[in-house]
Amino acid sequence: MIWLGVLLGCAGCYLLKLAGLSLPASWLEKPRLQRISTVMPVALLAALIGVQTFAAGQRVVFDARLVGLAVAGVAVWRRWPFLVVVGLAAASTAAVRWVAR
Amino acid sequence: MSISDDTPWPASRRAVLRDALGIGAATGAYGISFGAISTAAGLSFLQTMALSLLMFTGGSQFALVGVIAGGGSPLAGAATAVMLGSRNALYGLRLAPLLQTRGRRRFAAAQLVIDESTAMAIGPDDRRTARYAFYATGLSVLGLWNLGTAVGALGAKALQDPSVLGLDAAAAAAFLALLGPRLRGREPWAVAVVAALVAVVAVPLVPPGVPVLVAALVAVAAAYRPVRR
Repeated sequence: MIWLGVLLGCAGCYLLKLAGLSLPASWLEKPRLQRISTVMPVALLAALIGVQTFAAGQRVVFDARLVGLAVAGVAVWRRWPFLVVVGLAAASTAAVRWVAR
Repeated sequence: MSISDDTPWPASRRAVLRDALGIGAATGAYGISFGAISTAAGLSFLQTMALSLLMFTGGSQFALVGVIAGGGSPLAGAATAVMLGSRNALYGLRLAPLLQTRGRRRFAAAQLVIDESTAMAIGPDDRRTARYAFYATGLSVLGLWNLGTAVGALGAKALQDPSVLGLDAAAAAAFLALLGPRLRGREPWAVAVVAALVAVVAVPLVPPGVPVLVAALVAVAAAYRPVRR
């Protein structure tokens, strides 16, 4: 089942890339298309952050991940490199779990 | 990067290549975290590598494994990944006049349409440099992203319990790092806050994975809202 999602996702993402190179240039002038493809990543990334931080299955919980997110927020705001952001978030979450265990 | 019109071609080509390799190295490091997070989410080594090789668009890959990690169905993960990848279609539209690909070449070039290669290709003024920047960046990122993914996946496999290292929180941090540069101005902030709220509120109401799809409606609503100027 994971393979099905992986392969369908890959096919869909590739077809979108190919469509961009193949569609007539006039599509660039469709303002709604431009708006959706600019706004969509913002909405999806924000939603993923919310779910990854607060969801445990179908429950909303507040746990150590929240600390990791806050630390990541500071790191992104300070424009630290990607790996530093991810590393600090993981390390601070792990530290909170270790202390609270 | 500073390439003016009168820079000789070998010099500008070297400058572009240097930047392309630098970007590749940075995304390669980022690939390590993808490999680790994907394996921690329960994907096999081969599934993780298939994503980096075939999907090859970082945000979408993180989205798919994020949904699966949260207990969502792989199909909901695929839908999220594809919607997040919709921006690549817009990049392709911008790149098409620069690359002017035909036939088989277009099928290969399409796979290299990502954030980094697009940013590098729409920078230079002349088409030759733009095209070179696109392929150099695309191939450098493809190679090093996959190398990083393999390193991260094998490294995380060696761990007993990834949550001890806080790897489950790393995915949200990765999304935040991708989102940060897009939050310029009031509108993206509003969209982000509303979308995150909608998704979290939806968590108890719909199956795992679906809250993110519900939040996509926020983007559609925002796109159809009349723009104030």
